[in-house]
Amino acid sequence: MAFKSKELAQAYWRENLKLMLVLSIIWFVVSYGCGVLLVDVLNGIRLGGYKLGFWFAQQGSIYVFVILTFVYAKKMGDLDRKYGVDDE
Amino acid sequence: MELQTLTYIVVGFTFAIYIGIALWSRAGSTKEFYVAGGGVHPIANGMATAADWMSAASFISMAGLIAYMGYGGSVFLMGWTGGFVLLAMFLAPYLRKYGKFTVPEFIGDRFYSRTARIVAVVCLIIISVTYVIGQMKGVGVAFSRFLQVSYEAGLLVGMTIVFIYAVVGGMKGITYTQIAQYCVLILAYTIPAIFISLHLTGNPIPQLGLGSTITGTDVYLLDRLDQVITELGFADYTNNVRGSTLNMFVYTMSLMIGTAGLPHVIIRFFTVPKVKDARTSAGWALVFIAILYTTAPAVAAMARLNLHNTIRPPNSTQNMAYDERPQWFRNWEKTGLLGFEDKNGDGRVQYTADPATNEMVNIDKDIMVLANPEIAKLPNWVIALVAAGGLAAALSTAAGLLLAIASAISHDLLKGVFKPDISEKSELLASRIAMAGAIGVAGYLGYNPPDFAAGTVALAFGLAASSIFPALMMGIFNRRINKEGAIAGMVAGIGVTLLYVFQHKGIMFVASTAFLGDMSPNWFFGIEPNAFGAVGAVVNFAVAFAVSAVTREPPEHIQDLVEHIRVPSGVEAAHDH
Repeated sequence: MAFKSKELAQAYWRENLKLMLVLSIIWFVVSYGCGVLLVDVLNGIRLGGYKLGFWFAQQGSIYVFVILTFVYAKKMGDLDRKYGVDDE
Repeated sequence: MELQTLTYIVVGFTFAIYIGIALWSRAGSTKEFYVAGGGVHPIANGMATAADWMSAASFISMAGLIAYMGYGGSVFLMGWTGGFVLLAMFLAPYLRKYGKFTVPEFIGDRFYSRTARIVAVVCLIIISVTYVIGQMKGVGVAFSRFLQVSYEAGLLVGMTIVFIYAVVGGMKGITYTQIAQYCVLILAYTIPAIFISLHLTGNPIPQLGLGSTITGTDVYLLDRLDQVITELGFADYTNNVRGSTLNMFVYTMSLMIGTAGLPHVIIRFFTVPKVKDARTSAGWALVFIAILYTTAPAVAAMARLNLHNTIRPPNSTQNMAYDERPQWFRNWEKTGLLGFEDKNGDGRVQYTADPATNEMVNIDKDIMVLANPEIAKLPNWVIALVAAGGLAAALSTAAGLLLAIASAISHDLLKGVFKPDISEKSELLASRIAMAGAIGVAGYLGYNPPDFAAGTVALAFGLAASSIFPALMMGIFNRRINKEGAIAGMVAGIGVTLLYVFQHKGIMFVASTAFLGDMSPNWFFGIEPNAFGAVGAVVNFAVAFAVSAVTREPPEHIQDLVEHIRVPSGVEAAHDH
C-alpha cells in the first residue's frame, strides 16, 4: 500500500511534522522550561510538599514524557488511517 | 532463615528462570538471532527495552547520586527518560520501516557508502564496549557483596550465565529473559521504597510520599530535609543547581540525545512486527522505565533523611554514640564503603559539610540503595530480593550490549564488508562466535578494568549524542544530506567531543596528559566534559549541512529510499538484502 498521489504523500508528511513540532514544544517546555530555565520562578508555587519547579524536574516532566509518546502513537495511528497507509 | 542462605535461594531461583527461558527460546535463524524474528509484542518489547536500558548504574547508583546532588541530580532523571520521546517520534518508526538488522546498516545504505558504515561500526563498538565494562564490574561487585565470594568468582558466574542465554538464544533469548529480569528488578526496587515511604510519611506510594508530611508532624518531608542538611552546612536539597543553569541544560540535552542514539536501545525497536508497534513500544518502554525513575527521587531524599536521622535522631540534642551504632552501620564499615573517624574524641558521630569537623570520612553513594532495606529494618527476604534485582539490572544490560557488538561484527563487518556472499548458516555461527568473543573481551576488561573505566560511561553517551543520533536524524528528515556531509559530520562531532573530554580528563583518561586540567574555570562556558555531547551534536549537524551544500546531491534511488521509510505501511519483516 502506498499513497495514491504525490500530493497526498506530501500532505501526510506535513501533518506528521506539525504533530511532531507541537509535541516537541511540550517536551521542551516541561523539561528544559519548567525543570531548568524557569525553576526558580516555579519554586515559588507549592504542590503539597513539593516546590513546583523541583516537582517538574524530578517527577512531572517524566509523567508528561509518557503521555506524549502515547499521544503521538495514537495520533499517528489516526493519521495513517486517514491517508490509508495503515497496515491493517 | 539466615540472610546468606536466603540470598542464594532467591538469586539461584532467578537464574534458573533465565536459563530455562533461554533454552525454550533458542534462535534458529539470523533473523531470530538479531531481531528475535521481528514478532515481539510491543508491550513485551517495551518491558525488555526497559530492562535493557536500566543498568546497574540506574539500579544501584542513581538514587545515591541524587541523594547527594538534590535538585542537580534531575539532569539524570530527565535526561535518561526524555530521550525515549525522541526515539518514539523521530527514530524508532522510521528505522523499523526500513527493516534491517543493525544501525550501521541503515547509515551505510542511506549514505550509500561503505565508509559511512565502517565509521558507524567503529562508533558503535567504542560506545558499547565502554558501556559494557561498567556492567561487568557491576556484576562482579554485586556477586561479591551479596554472596560473599571473590570479585573474580562473581564475575565468572555472571559471564557464564550471560554466555548461556545470549549465545544460545540471541536476541530472542535475550528479549524473553529481559522480561523476567525487568519483573525482578522493579519489584526489588519498589518494595523497599514502599515500606520506607510508609514508615516515614504514612503514604505507601513513594512518589506521593515525597510530597507529604512526616508522620506525626505537619512538616513536609522535603522541607525537613532542606532544614536538616542546611543546618549542617550542606547545600539546600531542593535548590542545589549543578554547575550553572546552562550546564544543567546542556547536560540534560546530552543525556537525552545520547539515549536516543545508543545502538543497543535502537535495535530493540527492530523486533516488533509493524511501524505502529514501534511507536507504542517506545511508549511502553517509557512507562516501565518511569516506574523506577519516579521512585528514585523518593528513595534518594528518604535515604538521605534516614541517614541524618540515624546520626542525629529527631528531638534529640545529642548525636548518636559510636558504640551504639546500628548493625547495618557496622556491616558497611567492614566493606570500607562507610568510614568513621572520631576527630574530636567525644565518642559521638558528627556529620557536617566542613571537612575539618566532619567525622563521616567516607560514605559511598552506592550504599544508599543497597543499605536502604537494612536501614528501614525490612525482613531478610527483601534484602535478598535487592541482591537479585541488582544482578538482573546488570545482566540484562550486559546482554543487550553484547548483542549489539556481536551483530556489528558478524553482520556489518563480516557480511557487510568482508564476505558479502556468506551463507545464513555460516553467518549465524559467526554471530555466535562474535558473541562469545565479546563476552570474553568484556570479562577480561572486567577483571582488569583500565584506569579510565570510571569515565567511560559518560563518554559513551557523548559519542552516541555526537555521532549516531545526528546521522540518523539527518538521514531520515533531510534527503539532501549526502555521504560526504554525513561522514564529515560524524567525524567532526566525535572529534570535538573527544578533544574536549581528553583535554580536561586526560588522553584516554590518563590524568597527567590533561593539558587544560579538570577544573571548572577552564571549561567552555562552564560546561562539564560529561555534558559536551550536545555541543558535539551541534557541530555534527553544522558540518554535515555545510559539506552537503557544496557537494553533489545524493542519487535518485537514495532520495526514493527516504520517501519510502516515511510511509508506514508495507513494512517487511526485518530481513536480509
